[in-house]
Amino acid sequence: MIPASFDYVRPASLGEAVQVLTDAGEDAKVLSGGQSLLPLLRLRLAYPSVLVDVGRLEELRGIRDEDHHVYIGATTTHDEVVRSPVVNAECPLVALATATVADPAVRHRGTLGGSLAHADPAGDLPAVAVALDMEFVIHSTSGERVVAARDFFLDYLETALELGDVLAGIRVPKLGEGWGFHYEKFHRTAQAWAIVGVAAAVRLSGQASGEGRRIEEARIGLTNMGPTPVRATQVESAVRGAGLNGGDAVREAAQNAAEDTSPPTDLHAAPDYRRHLARVLTHRALLSAAAAV
Amino acid sequence: MTEEIDAGFVARQIAESDMLSEPAPDRHEVGAARRRKEDARLITGRTQWTDNIQLPGMLYVAFLRSPMAHARITRVDTSAALHHPGIVAAFSGRDFAGEQGSLPCVWPVTEDIVMPDHPPMAVDEVRYVGEAVACVIATDRYKASDALEAIEIDYEPLPAVLDMTEALKEGSPKVHEAGNRSFVWKFAQGDIDAAFRDAPVVVERTFVQQRLIPTAMEPRAVVAQTDGDSFTLHSSTQVPHILRIMLAQVTGIPEHKLRVVAPDVGGGFGSKLQVTAEEVLLLLLARRLGKPVKWTESRSEGNLTVHHGRDQLQRISLAADAEGHIRGLRVDLLADMGAYLMLVTPGIPILGAFMYNGIYKMDAYDFTCTGVFTTKMPTDAYRGAGRPEATFAIERLMDELAAELSLDPIEVRRRNWIAHEEFPYTTIAGMTYDSGNYEAATDKALALFGYDKLRAEQADRRDRGDPVQLGIGVSTFTEMCGLAPSRVLGSLSYGAGGWEHASVRMLPTGKVEVITGTSPHGQGHETAWSQIVADALSVPFDDVSVLHGDTAISHKGMDTYGSRSLVVGGVAVLQACDKVKEKARHIAAHMLEASADDIEFAGGSFKVRGTESGRTIQEVALAAFAAHDLPQGVEPSLDSDATFDPDNFSFPHGTHLCAVEVDTETGGTKIRLYVAVDDVGKVVNPMIVEGQVHGGLAQGIAQALFEEAVYDAEGNLLTTTMADYLLPSASDLPDFVTDRTETPATSNPLGVKGVGEAGTIASTPAVVNAIVDALRPYGVNDVTMPCSPERVWRAVQGGTS
Amino acid sequence: MTRITVTVDGVTYQEEVEPRLLLVHLLRDRLGKTGTPIGCDTGNCGACTVMMDGVSVKSCSVLAVQADGEDVLTIEGLSAGGPWHPMQQAFHEEHALQCGYCTPGMIMAAIDLLKDDPDPSEDAIREGLEGNLCRCTGYCNIVRAVRRGAQSMSAQEVTAS
Repeated sequence: MIPASFDYVRPASLGEAVQVLTDAGEDAKVLSGGQSLLPLLRLRLAYPSVLVDVGRLEELRGIRDEDHHVYIGATTTHDEVVRSPVVNAECPLVALATATVADPAVRHRGTLGGSLAHADPAGDLPAVAVALDMEFVIHSTSGERVVAARDFFLDYLETALELGDVLAGIRVPKLGEGWGFHYEKFHRTAQAWAIVGVAAAVRLSGQASGEGRRIEEARIGLTNMGPTPVRATQVESAVRGAGLNGGDAVREAAQNAAEDTSPPTDLHAAPDYRRHLARVLTHRALLSAAAAV
Repeated sequence: MTEEIDAGFVARQIAESDMLSEPAPDRHEVGAARRRKEDARLITGRTQWTDNIQLPGMLYVAFLRSPMAHARITRVDTSAALHHPGIVAAFSGRDFAGEQGSLPCVWPVTEDIVMPDHPPMAVDEVRYVGEAVACVIATDRYKASDALEAIEIDYEPLPAVLDMTEALKEGSPKVHEAGNRSFVWKFAQGDIDAAFRDAPVVVERTFVQQRLIPTAMEPRAVVAQTDGDSFTLHSSTQVPHILRIMLAQVTGIPEHKLRVVAPDVGGGFGSKLQVTAEEVLLLLLARRLGKPVKWTESRSEGNLTVHHGRDQLQRISLAADAEGHIRGLRVDLLADMGAYLMLVTPGIPILGAFMYNGIYKMDAYDFTCTGVFTTKMPTDAYRGAGRPEATFAIERLMDELAAELSLDPIEVRRRNWIAHEEFPYTTIAGMTYDSGNYEAATDKALALFGYDKLRAEQADRRDRGDPVQLGIGVSTFTEMCGLAPSRVLGSLSYGAGGWEHASVRMLPTGKVEVITGTSPHGQGHETAWSQIVADALSVPFDDVSVLHGDTAISHKGMDTYGSRSLVVGGVAVLQACDKVKEKARHIAAHMLEASADDIEFAGGSFKVRGTESGRTIQEVALAAFAAHDLPQGVEPSLDSDATFDPDNFSFPHGTHLCAVEVDTETGGTKIRLYVAVDDVGKVVNPMIVEGQVHGGLAQGIAQALFEEAVYDAEGNLLTTTMADYLLPSASDLPDFVTDRTETPATSNPLGVKGVGEAGTIASTPAVVNAIVDALRPYGVNDVTMPCSPERVWRAVQGGTS
Repeated sequence: MTRITVTVDGVTYQEEVEPRLLLVHLLRDRLGKTGTPIGCDTGNCGACTVMMDGVSVKSCSVLAVQADGEDVLTIEGLSAGGPWHPMQQAFHEEHALQCGYCTPGMIMAAIDLLKDDPDPSEDAIREGLEGNLCRCTGYCNIVRAVRRGAQSMSAQEVTAS
């Protein structure tokens, strides 16, 4: 299918971009890599009046190691994220989850900022964002503001981005030493969206490889368990102190994974099955993350 | 030796300039894994897809499609579309009402079949989402898409009819005035009541053959043009010949004024075995506008409007004795026709009627099929067409019978199958299986699979209560191929014959052109037919060209579907070669001053028996071309035609074994090992045969695990894109272990059986049997397809799903 | 209309395009590069895969205006007039195509995946081709072809160095 007509602006700076967006009003859309937007345009599920192409703005690109966090420019591609030594060293969960996004060709064009701003709860990265407490650096004509991940995702495909806003970059807090990570994605085919996904980060106490290792702290984000990504806080609390060797403490903690979720019904799963999967997969994700410490 | 030919100036030049080919006597092409001739253009991007065609002044057509499953059209206004830039015309169904005719169905399976009118563009009523209701014609495809949105149509909703069982109930809303029952077709053999009476074992199941979207990678495209007198239609079709005659009937364009071309076609799998609304309408538009017109569907348009496959509800019961010998089989089928009967819609489930007995002996068989109308896209042929449904049902039941009797599923099959020494064998369904060796194929498969070891692992996992269970699925299948003996088609009320045509032309330089009535779209006929001809005429493989798919070149044919091309079309090629040789023998005799009776053809030359003196077939061809010195009354040509009509179907068979790991916690499944041993008779090109098996397996496995066309309660198709209709990628399938056994077909001189559908037919039950086998300890005895993780998980929870 | 400059298979074109024009339609309808086909409208099938700026992209999911200033390589430019690329040869040798509709995109994706991993395992090949659907081959021979192509490409490199 073929998109409806729109105007196209390629601003030379972030300042110009926010001005153009502000002037253009609510029918304007930001174009980054276009990997979520173009299919919507082709199916005529979106009719923007103007696309503001920020894909070439150097100031939105790149990955920087900044003291307490890693800064990832919004138009950094998935492929660049997956390859980044900084990301793999400091926030590997982002790389692990990004490597499962779509396929190589899409990852060459698709961007981290684009995926997060699209805010599809079935996408793999929003769950990572809430698990890691990412911060969203947003520019508008009134300057820069920073929004926490928990405040960024408002509803299905709806974010804190307002008219005239451009997502400039994402700060990923460094968790420090001693963490292990895993993204558990459950889908029917490689191309299909996750029925449920679990992004997990785990810090352990006790001796390495010794008996009595326990989960000291965990961070868990759930994909496709509601209109927004879900932070599984009840599991995080319940799993604190859970021993890894013998016993079912982690499994029991993971039983809380479906609390406070409102999973959707679609072609591939009903809510009760998604709730069940969230429990099983959270258990597995925690163990895999622990094994990766 | 060539200078001996007294052949005139041109022929002498050919002879003297080394242009004249020489025989290739020592190669045996048939049986060799020749790399394909087709590949060169396909791997370099020089392919001629229909959408590639650009003609001066060409206009682009876009169709507006019904958003309603069932509604009366109360108002159509296309005028606003005309105000869009670049719009040449816009029409609704009413504008075509007088000339568009009705899309054909050529298979009225019963005398009293309800066969409703099927206007290519809806006029008063729409009966499925996606039915064409209007069109615009524009100077480019972008403008055409825009203008569609300006067309106004008012609908008065009518009730959707979506469930076959509900549709047959008294008082159900009707799809057509004549009701929702299109036909009831019956077949019975033996005393079925006796077979079931006091039977020690009766196994009953209801299986759902979900609706599938065939999804050839190339979306359909059509280009129509006319010079005011004659018409040319390019279409991404499997059936240019059938299309020509049917389009002539529908549009009134005389057959000899209509040329149909299937250029390179990007897959079909039955979906392009059709006479479509778009093909008819583009011809009408070309006639009306006097300009070439093109239409190319988008994938989401195609998912709505390319005919769908399967969609049957199978109620089946099997009676057996205490040792597991089958006594009788009862099949009661509901087949969803969709909203209309298309080209062979009603015949698809009937093709299955002869296959429910599979490879097994039994005393009685009773089959009933009811064709039901619903407000959905019509169904029609999809890879296997009727036989996958039948094979699935019987192979699933054999596993259930084994479980019932606590027998190994292989053992139950051994007790029932036709032994190799019993061929030819006439089955309870009336088919005469000419050859086969089920024991050999099964033994080979078991060895390759490591059956006993995997059974041991399965037992171990069960003992340990491993959350990941192992299941082993068996499918010992046969199918009927080589569609089809014309007299059989006649007895089944099919609208035409099942023969195939070929021509072989010897060119003056000794090169060979083969014209085939088959219409390949990925099957490699250019290569395989070249191999047959190379051997038959002892000419080099590279000296043969195969022409097809254009009714101006290949005027006669029945096209490609139903694993028929080699079995019928390949034999026609062979027979045409025989005629070439016979003609050449007479000319060679004259050249050698001998009697034709003393001439033999060996090593590419015609020789006087017992002597070394001879003439190559190329020299004879050149002499025929020059024609300066031919025997009295002999025409100056070696070119020959042959039309082959088989006496019987062919019956490929095989044993497929599948090991699936089932994660009982998530319902996820993973194929660990898939072994396919197929017996497709003699093989012309083992590489192509293996490729056909691979692709067939992928589609059959995808039915078992992934694919399903889903309509919602209002009759909207929910799986309109590839994001929703799940097709397997490379990561979703295992490597396949394939091998063959070989019992030649006795029904054709090549000994071939056909391979296009075998993998698809065999694999679906193998996979589902494996999943059910894994879950037997959980009380599971069926999982509905596609066996999605959710369905598998629910089966584990509830013992069934 | 927006003016763009794009190099395709070594030829530089200046075109006035509507912003909504898809790169694949620019290639096919404007530049006659019909070797790159279209198989879907959601970016799933990968039939339209080309190289842009040296990496694989789905040309149905890129606007022509986004290709402004870029260097695009299609299947037609892979071996333009010369001997086949080793991956084309490998697809031929291993019978990795039947109808051939997915083949241009599949070959491009295959070449792309070898850039990171010149000697990929079967699993790596299958994962690397996740974005390209084939309906004919069941992928077995495609996987074999990519392995063969990888071997001859490394051999070529050894010879060249």
